[in-house]
Amino acid sequence: MTTSVLDAAPRGSRLLRAFARNPSFLFGCAILLAVVVVALLAPWLFPGDPQDMVAPPTLWPGEDMAYPLGTDSLGRDVAAGLAYGARVSLAVGVIAAALGLLIGAVVGAIGGYFGGKVDLVLARLTELFQTIPTFILVIVIVAIGQPTATVIVTAIGIASWPTVARLVRAQFRSLREADFVMAARSLGYSHWRIIVHEILPNALPPVVVTTSVMVANAILTEAGLSFLSMGDPNLVSWGSMIGDGGPLLRTAWFLTALPGAAIALTVLSLNLVGDGLNDVLNPRSMQQ
Amino acid sequence: MSLSRSAVALRRTAVHAVPTMLGIVVLCFLLLQLVPGDAVDVLAGQSGSATAETMSALREQYGLNQGLGSQLWSYLAHLAHFDLGRSVRFGTPVTQLVLDRLPATLLLMLSALGFALVLGIVAGWVMAAFANRWPDRILQVVVLLFYSTPGFWVGLMAIVLFSVKLGWLPSSGNATIGSALTGFDYLLDRARYLVLPSIALSTFFIAIYARLTRASMLEVTSQDFIRTAAAKGLHPFYIQLRHALRNALIPVTTMAGLHLGNLLGGAVVVETIFGWPGMGRLALDAVVGRDFNVLLGVLLLSSLVVIVSNAIVDQLHAWLDPRIEGH
Repeated sequence: MTTSVLDAAPRGSRLLRAFARNPSFLFGCAILLAVVVVALLAPWLFPGDPQDMVAPPTLWPGEDMAYPLGTDSLGRDVAAGLAYGARVSLAVGVIAAALGLLIGAVVGAIGGYFGGKVDLVLARLTELFQTIPTFILVIVIVAIGQPTATVIVTAIGIASWPTVARLVRAQFRSLREADFVMAARSLGYSHWRIIVHEILPNALPPVVVTTSVMVANAILTEAGLSFLSMGDPNLVSWGSMIGDGGPLLRTAWFLTALPGAAIALTVLSLNLVGDGLNDVLNPRSMQQ
Repeated sequence: MSLSRSAVALRRTAVHAVPTMLGIVVLCFLLLQLVPGDAVDVLAGQSGSATAETMSALREQYGLNQGLGSQLWSYLAHLAHFDLGRSVRFGTPVTQLVLDRLPATLLLMLSALGFALVLGIVAGWVMAAFANRWPDRILQVVVLLFYSTPGFWVGLMAIVLFSVKLGWLPSSGNATIGSALTGFDYLLDRARYLVLPSIALSTFFIAIYARLTRASMLEVTSQDFIRTAAAKGLHPFYIQLRHALRNALIPVTTMAGLHLGNLLGGAVVVETIFGWPGMGRLALDAVVGRDFNVLLGVLLLSSLVVIVSNAIVDQLHAWLDPRIEGH
């Protein structure tokens, strides 16, 4: 009875129901939404520059309720830093992941669709970038360029595309000979049209699942980079807050603990969303 | 038979590794070209009294005024003699600088990898054995937390707990300075310094291997040969260990190979926190001193470490899974 109702429902609402039945996915969405809201509202919640000294240095959380999460060694408000840091982390994560997706999709689609020598060269290129330790490559690129947000995002994007390329390539290789592609070909559609309008939409589900994990990884990479004080010096980020708190680890460890917890929570929410997407979009793995 | 299997694996590795290494070398060369200014600019800046004429004479001498192609050729020729150039800051050959730091990094890497594999596989095995019951659910939450937490932050928090509050373990360095320990005491001393960095580096990988082991154990246990083994009347524990786990380990070893690069990248941050004298620290010092020969030497050598380790993983594979032979 219920199954027949489900079958009758359009695809979109069936997916929605599947998501609604997945508590960890909903939990992840809720955390992620909260982080996004804080990031968007940061200028209204904490007017003024988060880099300004506003109170005596190293106030512990709760010591002065005007600064509920305390202040750092330069008297900067930790709560304000966390809110502005959310903007940096999310923006870097999303843009870098988008760049990685774009490069990976182009490389994977061309290689998988055309095959032959082109594919061989692109597969080798992918393998090459998978062999190089990602984080060290990012460090090299940022050191050669300048530590600006643009260079950092580009470096993380360049270092993260191989996973997507392999996924898209595999999808294109299996869909290349599918009937609907044959039909499109016999209608005389151009390669471009077949790649973008015929195969790509069908190749997307596994890529969608990877997206949230890529954003999570980009956030972790940015955090590591700015922890090593290789981030953009004009921006407060969670990683740089951990780095600034380092020398005070013995006395004021909350300066390290709080931004780290913010990173962990955000990355956790992205991973929960990714797992949820995987359960719903790749039903095979749900049986396990 | 097993010999021919490993020979096939070796040949496959060679076919893949050589072009990859060559590609990485070319990439390193191109990255070096992107560095603003050249070695002569650096030398001129150091001497402080260089004229345009002496600078162009130096460029002539070092071959910097030649075309990109012939410069690449001489870069490759130098590499063939393991010559990565000189460090601008230390004046010593880069190869020696990097190789001096390699053992410390390898020790940290292997220790973290071993830690991650053992804990990850045990956790994954327990999760699969209790699939969808409460030990599985609790471990899944723990594993997800490990998966999401930056390793360097775990390291810092571990310093607060184990070094500052409890005073159990040292927080910086890789051996007690100026101590004249020998034999077992020396090893114990080194091991005490290794614990916290290894934990910090391994958390993320524990999570990966645990998830992977769980998934692949569940997949394997539903296959026919497991049912056959059970029908033969073998003890369930023996089936789990000898038949299921061995097969479930194949994807885990593949992943372990793929993640070695990430492990090396993570080592950069962890070495910085714990004052561990490895390649990662060297790389960061090179960034601060704008010593690009050293920086690219680290990139090149760490890529080589990944390639060699992948070859070892391939060999391990050939031993674990006889089906790979014909591949």
